[in-house]
Amino acid sequence: MQLDLVSALFVFMLATFIGLDVIRRVSRLLHTPLMSLTNAISAIAVVGAIILAGEEHGTFSTILGTIAVFASTTNIVSGFLITDRMLKMFKKRETVER
Amino acid sequence: MSAATVQLIYLVSTALFIFSLKWMSDPRTARRGVGAGVAAMAFAVGGTILEPEIVTYKWMAVGFGLGTLVGVPLSWVPLTAVPQRTALSHAFGGLAAGLVGTAKYYTWLANGELTHFRTGAIVAEVLLGYLTCTGSLMAAGKLQEIVPTRPITYRNQNIINLSLLAMALAIGTVLVWNPYMSWGFPIVIALSLLFGVLLIIPIGGADMPTVISLLNSYAGLSAVAMGFVMENKLLITAGALDGSSGFILSVIMCRAMNRSFTNVLFGAFGQVQAAARTVEHKTVKSATPEDASQVLENASSVVIIPGYGMAVAQAQHRVRDLYEQLARRGIDVKFAIHPVAGRMPGHMNVLLAEAEIPYDRLVEMDDINPEMPQTDVALVVGANDVVNPAARHDKGSPIYGMPIIDADKAKTVMAIKRTMNPGFAGIENELYYADNTLMLFGDAKAVIGDLVKQLSGDGRSS
Repeated sequence: MQLDLVSALFVFMLATFIGLDVIRRVSRLLHTPLMSLTNAISAIAVVGAIILAGEEHGTFSTILGTIAVFASTTNIVSGFLITDRMLKMFKKRETVER
Repeated sequence: MSAATVQLIYLVSTALFIFSLKWMSDPRTARRGVGAGVAAMAFAVGGTILEPEIVTYKWMAVGFGLGTLVGVPLSWVPLTAVPQRTALSHAFGGLAAGLVGTAKYYTWLANGELTHFRTGAIVAEVLLGYLTCTGSLMAAGKLQEIVPTRPITYRNQNIINLSLLAMALAIGTVLVWNPYMSWGFPIVIALSLLFGVLLIIPIGGADMPTVISLLNSYAGLSAVAMGFVMENKLLITAGALDGSSGFILSVIMCRAMNRSFTNVLFGAFGQVQAAARTVEHKTVKSATPEDASQVLENASSVVIIPGYGMAVAQAQHRVRDLYEQLARRGIDVKFAIHPVAGRMPGHMNVLLAEAEIPYDRLVEMDDINPEMPQTDVALVVGANDVVNPAARHDKGSPIYGMPIIDADKAKTVMAIKRTMNPGFAGIENELYYADNTLMLFGDAKAVIGDLVKQLSGDGRSS
Protein backbone atom coordinates (compact mmCIF):
# COMPACT_ATOMS: atom_id res chain seq x y z
CA MET A 1 0.00 0.00 0.00
CA GLN A 2 1.41 3.36 -0.99
CA LEU A 3 1.46 6.14 1.52
CA ASP A 4 2.16 9.69 0.46
CA LEU A 5 4.12 12.13 2.59
CA VAL A 6 1.14 14.32 3.50
CA SER A 7 -1.13 11.55 4.74
CA ALA A 8 1.82 10.05 6.63
CA LEU A 9 2.33 13.43 8.33
CA PHE A 10 -1.39 13.59 9.15
CA VAL A 11 -1.23 10.17 10.81
CA PHE A 12 1.90 11.19 12.71
CA MET A 13 0.37 14.43 13.97
CA LEU A 14 -2.92 12.90 15.07
CA ALA A 15 -1.18 9.97 16.76
CA THR A 16 1.08 12.38 18.63
CA PHE A 17 -1.91 14.35 19.93
CA ILE A 18 -3.62 11.15 21.08
CA GLY A 19 -0.37 10.00 22.65
CA LEU A 20 0.19 13.24 24.54
CA ASP A 21 -3.37 13.24 25.83
CA VAL A 22 -3.45 9.59 26.88
CA ILE A 23 -0.03 9.67 28.52
CA ARG A 24 -0.81 12.85 30.45
CA ARG A 25 -3.54 10.90 32.27
CA VAL A 26 -1.24 8.09 33.34
CA SER A 27 -0.87 7.96 37.11
CA ARG A 28 2.58 9.09 38.30
CA LEU A 29 2.60 6.00 40.43
CA LEU A 30 2.95 3.95 37.26
CA HIS A 31 5.61 5.86 35.35
CA THR A 32 8.18 3.07 35.55
CA PRO A 33 5.77 0.39 34.25
CA LEU A 34 4.59 2.93 31.64
CA MET A 35 8.11 3.26 30.37
CA SER A 36 8.64 -0.47 30.10
CA LEU A 37 5.27 -0.81 28.38
CA THR A 38 6.15 1.87 25.81
CA ASN A 39 9.49 0.06 25.38
CA ALA A 40 7.56 -2.97 24.28
CA ILE A 41 5.31 -0.82 22.08
CA SER A 42 8.25 0.89 20.39
CA ALA A 43 9.43 -2.60 19.47
CA ILE A 44 6.77 -2.25 16.78
CA ALA A 45 9.94 -1.79 14.74
CA VAL A 46 9.60 -5.56 14.49
CA VAL A 47 7.19 -4.92 11.61
CA GLY A 48 9.96 -3.42 9.47
CA ALA A 49 12.38 -6.08 10.63
CA ILE A 50 10.04 -8.96 9.71
CA ILE A 51 9.63 -7.60 6.20
CA LEU A 52 13.41 -7.34 5.77
CA ALA A 53 14.03 -10.83 7.10
CA GLY A 54 11.18 -12.26 5.06
CA GLU A 55 11.68 -10.73 1.61
CA GLU A 56 14.64 -11.87 -0.43
CA HIS A 57 16.77 -8.86 -1.27
CA GLY A 58 20.21 -10.36 -0.74
CA THR A 59 22.18 -11.72 2.20
CA PHE A 60 23.13 -8.31 3.65
CA SER A 61 19.53 -7.23 4.02
CA THR A 62 18.47 -10.63 5.42
CA ILE A 63 21.24 -10.59 8.05
CA LEU A 64 20.41 -7.06 9.22
CA GLY A 65 16.70 -7.96 9.22
CA THR A 66 17.28 -11.04 11.35
CA ILE A 67 19.34 -9.07 13.88
CA ALA A 68 16.61 -6.43 13.96
CA VAL A 69 13.92 -9.10 14.53
CA PHE A 70 16.05 -10.44 17.38
CA ALA A 71 16.50 -6.99 18.97
CA SER A 72 12.80 -6.11 18.71
CA THR A 73 11.61 -9.50 19.96
CA THR A 74 13.86 -9.09 23.00
CA ASN A 75 12.12 -5.80 23.74
CA ILE A 76 8.64 -7.16 23.16
CA VAL A 77 9.13 -10.20 25.38
CA SER A 78 11.04 -8.54 28.22
CA GLY A 79 9.01 -5.32 28.03
CA PHE A 80 5.60 -6.93 28.44
CA LEU A 81 6.77 -9.50 31.00
CA ILE A 82 8.48 -6.98 33.29
CA THR A 83 5.58 -4.52 33.04
CA ASP A 84 3.17 -7.19 34.16
CA ARG A 85 5.54 -8.29 36.90
CA MET A 86 5.73 -4.74 38.27
CA LEU A 87 2.02 -4.08 38.00
CA LYS A 88 1.24 -7.22 39.99
CA MET A 89 3.03 -5.61 42.95
CA PHE A 90 0.82 -2.54 43.15
CA LYS A 91 -1.74 -3.39 45.81
CA LYS A 92 -4.19 -1.39 47.85
CA ARG A 93 -4.19 -1.53 51.62
CA GLU A 94 -7.01 -4.07 52.11
CA THR A 95 -5.30 -6.62 49.93
CA VAL A 96 -1.89 -6.15 51.51
CA GLU A 97 -2.66 -6.37 55.20
CA ARG A 98 -2.56 -9.88 56.46
CA MET B 1 -3.73 -12.25 1.76
CA SER B 2 -4.92 -8.96 0.31
CA ALA B 3 -3.26 -5.74 1.26
CA ALA B 4 -6.56 -4.38 2.56
CA THR B 5 -6.91 -7.21 5.09
CA VAL B 6 -3.43 -6.49 6.41
CA GLN B 7 -4.33 -2.81 6.77
CA LEU B 8 -7.48 -3.74 8.70
CA ILE B 9 -5.44 -5.93 11.04
CA TYR B 10 -3.09 -2.95 11.55
CA LEU B 11 -6.09 -0.78 12.35
CA VAL B 12 -7.23 -3.13 15.11
CA SER B 13 -3.66 -3.24 16.41
CA THR B 14 -3.47 0.58 16.54
CA ALA B 15 -6.72 0.82 18.51
CA LEU B 16 -5.48 -1.78 20.98
CA PHE B 17 -2.21 0.13 21.50
CA ILE B 18 -4.18 3.25 22.37
CA PHE B 19 -6.37 1.30 24.83
CA SER B 20 -3.26 -0.24 26.30
CA LEU B 21 -1.88 3.19 27.23
CA LYS B 22 -5.29 4.48 28.29
CA TRP B 23 -5.70 1.68 30.82
CA MET B 24 -2.37 2.63 32.38
CA SER B 25 -4.11 5.65 33.91
CA ASP B 26 -5.19 3.64 36.95
CA PRO B 27 -3.42 0.84 38.83
CA ARG B 28 -6.69 -1.11 38.84
CA THR B 29 -6.91 -1.34 35.05
CA ALA B 30 -3.19 -1.28 34.29
CA ARG B 31 -2.76 -5.02 33.92
CA ARG B 32 -5.58 -5.06 31.40
CA GLY B 33 -3.49 -2.46 29.55
CA VAL B 34 -0.61 -4.94 29.31
CA GLY B 35 -3.04 -7.51 27.91
CA ALA B 36 -4.22 -5.05 25.26
CA GLY B 37 -0.59 -4.26 24.40
CA VAL B 38 0.25 -7.94 23.96
CA ALA B 39 -2.82 -8.43 21.75
CA ALA B 40 -1.93 -5.35 19.71
CA MET B 41 1.60 -6.63 19.17
CA ALA B 42 0.28 -10.09 18.21
CA PHE B 43 -1.99 -8.49 15.58
CA ALA B 44 0.91 -6.35 14.32
CA VAL B 45 3.25 -9.34 13.96
CA GLY B 46 0.49 -11.55 12.54
CA GLY B 47 -0.57 -8.93 10.02
CA THR B 48 3.00 -8.34 8.88
CA ILE B 49 3.67 -12.03 8.36
CA LEU B 50 0.67 -12.04 5.98
CA GLU B 51 2.16 -9.21 3.89
CA PRO B 52 2.51 -10.36 0.26
CA GLU B 53 6.23 -9.54 -0.04
CA ILE B 54 7.19 -12.07 2.64
CA VAL B 55 8.60 -15.16 0.98
CA THR B 56 10.66 -16.87 3.65
CA TYR B 57 10.00 -17.47 7.34
CA LYS B 58 13.14 -19.19 8.56
CA TRP B 59 15.22 -16.09 9.32
CA MET B 60 12.50 -14.31 11.24
CA ALA B 61 11.94 -17.53 13.19
CA VAL B 62 15.62 -17.44 14.20
CA GLY B 63 15.17 -13.82 15.33
CA PHE B 64 12.00 -14.60 17.29
CA GLY B 65 13.60 -17.60 18.95
CA LEU B 66 16.81 -15.86 20.03
CA GLY B 67 14.91 -12.72 21.05
CA THR B 68 12.66 -14.75 23.33
CA LEU B 69 15.64 -16.58 24.82
CA VAL B 70 17.28 -13.27 25.75
CA GLY B 71 14.09 -11.38 26.55
CA VAL B 72 12.68 -13.73 29.17
CA PRO B 73 15.71 -13.61 31.52
CA LEU B 74 15.92 -9.83 30.98
CA SER B 75 12.49 -9.53 32.56
CA TRP B 76 13.69 -11.19 35.76
CA VAL B 77 16.12 -8.44 36.80
CA PRO B 78 15.75 -7.09 40.35
CA LEU B 79 13.63 -3.94 40.48
CA THR B 80 16.58 -1.81 41.52
CA ALA B 81 18.07 -2.68 38.10
CA VAL B 82 14.98 -1.71 36.10
CA PRO B 83 16.52 1.60 34.91
CA GLN B 84 19.48 -0.26 33.35
CA ARG B 85 17.17 -2.78 31.72
CA THR B 86 15.05 0.01 30.31
CA ALA B 87 18.10 1.79 28.91
CA LEU B 88 19.35 -1.46 27.38
CA SER B 89 15.99 -1.98 25.78
CA HIS B 90 16.09 1.52 24.26
CA ALA B 91 19.45 0.51 22.81
CA PHE B 92 17.91 -2.58 21.19
CA GLY B 93 15.06 -0.48 19.83
CA GLY B 94 17.44 2.06 18.32
CA LEU B 95 19.60 -0.70 16.89
CA ALA B 96 16.62 -2.35 15.17
CA ALA B 97 15.56 0.96 13.60
CA GLY B 98 19.12 1.74 12.51
CA LEU B 99 19.65 -1.67 10.92
CA VAL B 100 16.37 -1.61 9.02
CA GLY B 101 17.21 1.85 7.69
CA THR B 102 20.69 0.74 6.65
CA ALA B 103 19.44 -2.36 4.85
CA LYS B 104 16.72 -0.38 3.06
CA TYR B 105 19.20 2.23 1.86
CA TYR B 106 21.53 -0.31 0.29
CA THR B 107 18.70 -2.37 -1.22
CA TRP B 108 17.17 0.67 -2.86
CA LEU B 109 20.61 1.95 -3.86
CA ALA B 110 21.33 -1.31 -5.72
CA ASN B 111 17.89 -1.32 -7.40
CA GLY B 112 17.95 2.38 -8.26
CA GLU B 113 14.78 2.97 -6.22
CA LEU B 114 16.00 5.77 -3.96
CA THR B 115 13.95 8.96 -3.95
CA HIS B 116 14.50 12.23 -2.06
CA PHE B 117 11.63 11.39 0.29
CA ARG B 118 12.84 7.84 0.99
CA THR B 119 16.41 9.00 1.60
CA GLY B 120 15.23 11.77 3.92
CA ALA B 121 13.21 9.29 5.99
CA ILE B 122 16.13 6.83 6.05
CA VAL B 123 18.58 9.51 7.20
CA ALA B 124 16.21 10.49 10.03
CA GLU B 125 15.70 6.86 11.00
CA VAL B 126 19.40 6.02 10.96
CA LEU B 127 20.44 9.16 12.85
CA LEU B 128 17.86 8.65 15.62
CA GLY B 129 18.28 4.89 15.69
CA TYR B 130 22.04 4.73 16.05
CA LEU B 131 22.36 7.67 18.43
CA THR B 132 19.67 6.12 20.63
CA CYS B 133 21.55 2.83 20.48
CA THR B 134 24.97 4.03 21.65
CA GLY B 135 23.51 6.73 23.92
CA SER B 136 21.35 4.16 25.70
CA LEU B 137 24.25 1.76 26.02
CA MET B 138 26.25 4.51 27.74
CA ALA B 139 23.27 5.32 29.98
CA ALA B 140 22.88 1.63 30.87
CA GLY B 141 26.62 1.49 31.59
CA LYS B 142 26.39 4.48 33.91
CA LEU B 143 23.36 3.05 35.70
CA GLN B 144 25.11 -0.30 36.12
CA GLU B 145 28.22 1.67 37.18
CA ILE B 146 30.42 0.04 34.53
CA VAL B 147 30.97 3.53 33.16
CA PRO B 148 31.77 6.28 35.72
CA THR B 149 28.49 7.90 36.84
CA ARG B 150 30.06 11.33 37.38
CA PRO B 151 29.91 13.69 34.42
CA ILE B 152 32.91 13.20 32.12
CA THR B 153 33.86 16.56 30.68
CA TYR B 154 36.60 17.99 28.50
CA ARG B 155 37.39 21.34 26.93
CA ASN B 156 34.99 22.67 24.28
CA GLN B 157 32.76 19.66 24.84
CA ASN B 158 29.56 21.32 23.69
CA ILE B 159 31.20 22.82 20.62
CA ILE B 160 32.67 19.45 19.63
CA ASN B 161 29.38 17.62 20.20
CA LEU B 162 27.29 20.14 18.36
CA SER B 163 29.66 20.33 15.40
CA LEU B 164 29.56 16.52 15.13
CA LEU B 165 25.77 16.66 15.03
CA ALA B 166 25.83 19.53 12.56
CA MET B 167 28.22 17.56 10.35
CA ALA B 168 25.93 14.50 10.43
CA LEU B 169 22.93 16.71 9.57
CA ALA B 170 24.82 18.45 6.77
CA ILE B 171 25.91 15.19 5.13
CA GLY B 172 22.36 13.88 5.63
CA THR B 173 20.93 16.90 3.85
CA VAL B 174 23.35 16.49 0.96
CA LEU B 175 22.30 12.83 0.75
CA VAL B 176 18.64 13.80 0.48
CA TRP B 177 19.64 16.17 -2.32
CA ASN B 178 21.67 13.51 -4.06
CA PRO B 179 20.59 10.03 -2.79
CA TYR B 180 23.20 8.17 -4.85
CA MET B 181 26.17 9.85 -3.14
CA SER B 182 26.61 6.60 -1.26
CA TRP B 183 29.95 7.39 0.42
CA GLY B 184 28.10 9.83 2.67
CA PHE B 185 25.84 7.18 4.21
CA PRO B 186 28.43 5.29 6.31
CA ILE B 187 29.69 8.66 7.58
CA VAL B 188 26.20 9.54 8.82
CA ILE B 189 26.05 6.18 10.61
CA ALA B 190 29.48 6.64 12.20
CA LEU B 191 28.74 10.20 13.32
CA SER B 192 25.39 9.15 14.86
CA LEU B 193 27.03 6.32 16.77
CA LEU B 194 29.74 8.65 18.04
CA PHE B 195 27.34 11.46 18.88
CA GLY B 196 25.21 9.07 20.98
CA VAL B 197 28.22 8.27 23.18
CA LEU B 198 29.42 11.87 23.50
CA LEU B 199 25.92 13.13 24.30
CA ILE B 200 25.58 10.91 27.36
CA ILE B 201 29.07 10.88 28.95
CA PRO B 202 28.86 14.44 30.36
CA ILE B 203 25.54 13.67 32.08
CA GLY B 204 25.65 12.70 35.76
CA GLY B 205 23.79 9.93 37.56
CA ALA B 206 21.23 12.27 39.14
CA ASP B 207 20.04 13.39 35.70
CA MET B 208 19.37 9.86 34.52
CA PRO B 209 15.55 10.09 34.94
CA THR B 210 15.47 12.84 32.31
CA VAL B 211 17.97 11.20 30.00
CA ILE B 212 16.24 7.85 30.05
CA SER B 213 12.90 9.53 29.23
CA LEU B 214 14.48 11.44 26.39
CA LEU B 215 16.02 8.27 24.96
CA ASN B 216 12.59 6.63 25.26
CA SER B 217 11.23 9.40 23.10
CA TYR B 218 14.03 9.02 20.53
CA ALA B 219 13.42 5.27 20.30
CA GLY B 220 9.77 6.03 19.48
CA LEU B 221 10.68 8.69 16.94
CA SER B 222 13.07 6.31 15.18
CA ALA B 223 10.12 3.91 14.79
CA VAL B 224 8.11 6.81 13.31
CA ALA B 225 10.90 7.49 10.82
CA MET B 226 10.90 3.79 9.98
CA GLY B 227 7.18 4.12 9.29
CA PHE B 228 7.94 6.84 6.74
CA VAL B 229 10.61 4.63 5.15
CA MET B 230 8.40 1.52 4.98
CA GLU B 231 5.24 3.54 4.23
CA ASN B 232 3.53 1.88 7.15
CA LYS B 233 0.89 3.69 9.23
CA LEU B 234 1.07 1.26 12.14
CA LEU B 235 4.76 2.03 12.66
CA ILE B 236 4.02 5.76 12.56
CA THR B 237 1.18 5.53 15.09
CA ALA B 238 2.83 3.22 17.59
CA GLY B 239 6.11 5.12 17.30
CA ALA B 240 4.31 8.42 17.88
CA LEU B 241 2.64 7.02 21.01
CA ASP B 242 6.03 5.99 22.36
CA GLY B 243 7.64 9.25 21.31
CA SER B 244 5.02 11.37 23.04
CA SER B 245 5.25 9.24 26.17
CA GLY B 246 8.98 9.79 26.41
CA PHE B 247 8.50 13.47 25.72
CA ILE B 248 5.92 13.96 28.49
CA LEU B 249 8.06 12.06 30.98
CA SER B 250 11.09 14.20 30.10
CA VAL B 251 9.08 17.39 30.57
CA ILE B 252 7.84 16.19 33.96
CA MET B 253 11.39 15.31 35.01
CA CYS B 254 12.79 18.65 33.85
CA ARG B 255 10.05 20.57 35.64
CA ALA B 256 10.67 18.60 38.80
CA MET B 257 14.26 19.82 38.71
CA ASN B 258 13.43 23.31 37.46
CA ARG B 259 15.79 22.86 34.54
CA SER B 260 15.50 23.01 30.78
CA PHE B 261 16.29 20.25 28.29
CA THR B 262 19.34 22.14 27.08
CA ASN B 263 20.56 22.52 30.62
CA VAL B 264 20.29 18.77 31.28
CA LEU B 265 21.97 17.84 27.99
CA PHE B 266 24.69 20.48 27.95
CA GLY B 267 24.94 21.62 31.56
CA ALA B 268 27.14 18.89 33.12
CA PHE B 269 25.32 19.48 36.39
CA GLY B 270 26.86 19.81 39.81
CA GLN B 271 30.49 20.39 39.12
CA VAL B 272 33.08 22.67 40.59
CA GLN B 273 30.89 25.67 41.34
CA ALA B 274 28.92 23.66 43.87
CA ALA B 275 31.89 22.06 45.57
CA ALA B 276 33.59 25.44 45.98
CA ARG B 277 30.87 26.79 48.24
CA THR B 278 32.19 26.93 51.76
CA VAL B 279 29.96 26.32 54.72
CA GLU B 280 30.85 27.72 58.10
CA HIS B 281 31.19 25.18 60.85
CA LYS B 282 27.75 24.21 62.01
CA THR B 283 26.76 21.53 64.43
CA VAL B 284 24.45 18.64 63.85
CA LYS B 285 22.42 16.72 66.40
CA SER B 286 22.83 13.02 66.12
CA ALA B 287 20.48 10.54 67.74
CA THR B 288 20.60 6.86 68.60
CA PRO B 289 18.00 4.38 67.33
CA GLU B 290 16.56 4.27 70.88
CA ASP B 291 15.93 8.03 70.93
CA ALA B 292 14.56 7.95 67.41
CA SER B 293 12.17 5.09 68.05
CA GLN B 294 10.77 6.93 71.07
CA VAL B 295 10.10 10.01 68.98
CA LEU B 296 8.44 7.87 66.33
CA GLU B 297 6.27 6.09 68.90
CA ASN B 298 4.94 9.34 70.25
CA ALA B 299 4.12 10.70 66.82
CA SER B 300 0.66 10.56 65.36
CA SER B 301 1.71 11.22 61.78
CA VAL B 302 4.92 10.19 60.04
CA VAL B 303 5.99 10.98 56.49
CA ILE B 304 8.79 8.84 55.06
CA ILE B 305 10.78 10.44 52.22
CA PRO B 306 12.69 7.81 50.24
CA GLY B 307 15.47 8.54 47.77
CA TYR B 308 17.92 6.64 45.63
CA GLY B 309 20.00 5.89 48.74
CA MET B 310 17.20 3.61 49.92
CA ALA B 311 17.51 1.57 46.74
CA VAL B 312 21.30 1.44 46.99
CA ALA B 313 21.11 0.16 50.56
CA GLN B 314 18.30 -2.28 49.55
CA ALA B 315 16.42 -0.89 52.55
CA GLN B 316 12.90 -1.01 51.11
CA HIS B 317 11.89 -4.22 52.89
CA ARG B 318 13.12 -2.87 56.25
CA VAL B 319 11.11 0.27 55.51
CA ARG B 320 8.03 -1.90 55.08
CA ASP B 321 8.67 -3.50 58.49
CA LEU B 322 8.93 -0.03 59.99
CA TYR B 323 5.72 0.98 58.25
CA GLU B 324 3.94 -2.03 59.74
CA GLN B 325 5.25 -1.37 63.25
CA LEU B 326 4.06 2.23 63.10
CA ALA B 327 0.74 1.45 61.40
CA ARG B 328 0.02 -1.16 64.09
CA ARG B 329 0.26 1.62 66.70
CA GLY B 330 -2.35 3.61 64.80
CA ILE B 331 0.22 6.12 63.52
CA ASP B 332 -0.63 7.62 60.14
CA VAL B 333 2.29 6.76 57.85
CA LYS B 334 2.65 8.18 54.37
CA PHE B 335 5.42 8.11 51.79
CA ALA B 336 6.31 11.35 50.01
CA ILE B 337 7.54 10.69 46.48
CA HIS B 338 9.55 13.34 44.65
CA PRO B 339 9.24 12.97 40.86
CA VAL B 340 13.00 12.66 40.34
CA ALA B 341 13.74 10.41 43.31
CA GLY B 342 15.54 7.35 41.99
CA ARG B 343 17.09 6.73 38.62
CA MET B 344 14.02 6.72 36.40
CA PRO B 345 10.51 8.20 36.54
CA GLY B 346 8.39 6.40 39.13
CA HIS B 347 11.32 4.29 40.37
CA MET B 348 10.51 4.73 44.09
CA ASN B 349 6.88 3.70 43.60
CA VAL B 350 7.90 0.40 42.06
CA LEU B 351 10.46 -0.36 44.79
CA LEU B 352 7.96 0.39 47.56
CA ALA B 353 5.24 -1.60 45.80
CA GLU B 354 7.65 -4.53 45.61
CA ALA B 355 8.09 -4.26 49.38
CA GLU B 356 4.28 -4.61 49.62
CA ILE B 357 3.61 -1.10 50.78
CA PRO B 358 0.05 -0.28 49.64
CA TYR B 359 0.08 2.23 46.81
CA ASP B 360 -2.54 4.48 48.40
CA ARG B 361 0.14 5.35 51.01
CA LEU B 362 2.42 6.79 48.32
CA VAL B 363 1.76 10.51 47.96
CA GLU B 364 3.09 12.88 45.32
CA MET B 365 5.14 15.92 46.28
CA ASP B 366 2.45 18.52 45.50
CA ASP B 367 -0.13 16.68 47.59
CA ILE B 368 2.08 16.06 50.61
CA ASN B 369 3.64 19.52 50.95
CA PRO B 370 0.53 21.26 52.38
CA GLU B 371 0.42 18.54 55.06
CA MET B 372 4.06 18.82 56.11
CA PRO B 373 3.56 21.56 58.77
CA GLN B 374 1.09 19.30 60.60
CA THR B 375 3.37 16.27 60.35
CA ASP B 376 5.05 15.10 63.54
CA VAL B 377 8.03 13.30 62.01
CA ALA B 378 9.57 13.47 58.55
CA LEU B 379 11.92 10.52 58.07
CA VAL B 380 14.39 11.01 55.21
CA VAL B 381 15.76 7.70 53.90
CA GLY B 382 18.49 8.11 51.30
CA ALA B 383 17.10 11.32 49.81
CA ASN B 384 19.21 14.47 49.79
CA ASP B 385 18.81 17.24 47.22
CA VAL B 386 15.03 16.78 47.00
CA VAL B 387 14.65 17.87 50.64
CA ASN B 388 17.25 20.65 50.66
CA PRO B 389 15.54 23.89 51.80
CA ALA B 390 18.26 25.88 49.99
CA ALA B 391 16.27 25.21 46.81
CA ARG B 392 13.59 27.54 48.17
CA HIS B 393 15.64 30.56 49.27
CA ASP B 394 19.36 30.36 48.44
CA LYS B 395 19.75 32.04 45.06
CA GLY B 396 23.41 30.98 44.94
CA SER B 397 22.64 27.28 45.21
CA PRO B 398 22.79 25.23 42.00
CA ILE B 399 19.43 23.68 42.87
CA TYR B 400 17.73 27.02 43.58
CA GLY B 401 14.17 26.95 42.25
CA MET B 402 13.88 23.17 42.17
CA PRO B 403 10.59 22.07 43.77
CA ILE B 404 11.32 20.12 46.96
CA ILE B 405 9.47 18.13 49.58
CA ASP B 406 9.17 20.45 52.58
CA ALA B 407 10.63 18.00 55.07
CA ASP B 408 12.03 20.88 57.15
CA LYS B 409 8.50 22.06 58.01
CA ALA B 410 7.70 18.91 59.97
CA LYS B 411 7.91 19.17 63.76
CA THR B 412 10.83 16.76 63.87
CA VAL B 413 13.04 15.70 60.97
CA MET B 414 15.08 12.53 61.04
CA ALA B 415 17.62 11.92 58.33
CA ILE B 416 19.42 8.64 57.84
CA LYS B 417 22.83 9.14 56.28
CA ARG B 418 26.14 7.34 56.18
CA THR B 419 28.35 10.36 56.78
CA MET B 420 28.11 14.13 56.60
CA ASN B 421 29.61 14.11 53.08
CA PRO B 422 27.46 16.11 50.70
CA GLY B 423 25.42 14.12 48.21
CA PHE B 424 25.90 13.39 44.56
CA ALA B 425 25.66 16.97 43.35
CA GLY B 426 28.16 18.08 46.00
CA ILE B 427 25.69 20.50 47.51
CA GLU B 428 25.67 21.09 51.26
CA ASN B 429 22.23 20.34 52.69
CA GLU B 430 21.22 22.84 55.40
CA LEU B 431 18.37 20.57 56.46
CA TYR B 432 20.87 18.50 58.45
CA TYR B 433 21.89 21.54 60.53
CA ALA B 434 18.36 22.66 61.37
CA ASP B 435 17.28 22.81 65.02
CA ASN B 436 14.48 20.30 64.52
CA THR B 437 16.67 17.75 62.72
CA LEU B 438 18.07 14.59 64.26
CA MET B 439 20.72 12.71 62.27
CA LEU B 440 20.79 8.93 62.35
CA PHE B 441 24.21 7.94 61.07
CA GLY B 442 24.72 4.58 59.40
CA ASP B 443 23.63 2.34 56.59
CA ALA B 444 19.93 2.89 55.85
CA LYS B 445 19.09 -0.81 56.01
CA ALA B 446 20.88 -1.29 59.34
CA VAL B 447 19.48 1.88 60.94
CA ILE B 448 15.89 1.09 60.00
CA GLY B 449 16.43 -2.50 61.11
CA ASP B 450 17.49 -1.13 64.55
CA LEU B 451 14.43 1.13 64.68
CA VAL B 452 12.16 -1.82 63.93
CA LYS B 453 13.91 -3.89 66.60
CA GLN B 454 13.39 -1.15 69.18
CA LEU B 455 9.74 -0.74 68.26
CA SER B 456 8.93 -4.45 68.21
CA GLY B 457 10.84 -4.98 71.48
CA ASP B 458 8.64 -2.35 73.12
CA GLY B 459 5.60 -4.00 71.68
CA ARG B 460 6.39 -7.25 73.49
CA SER B 461 7.09 -5.73 76.90
CA SER B 462 3.92 -3.66 77.10
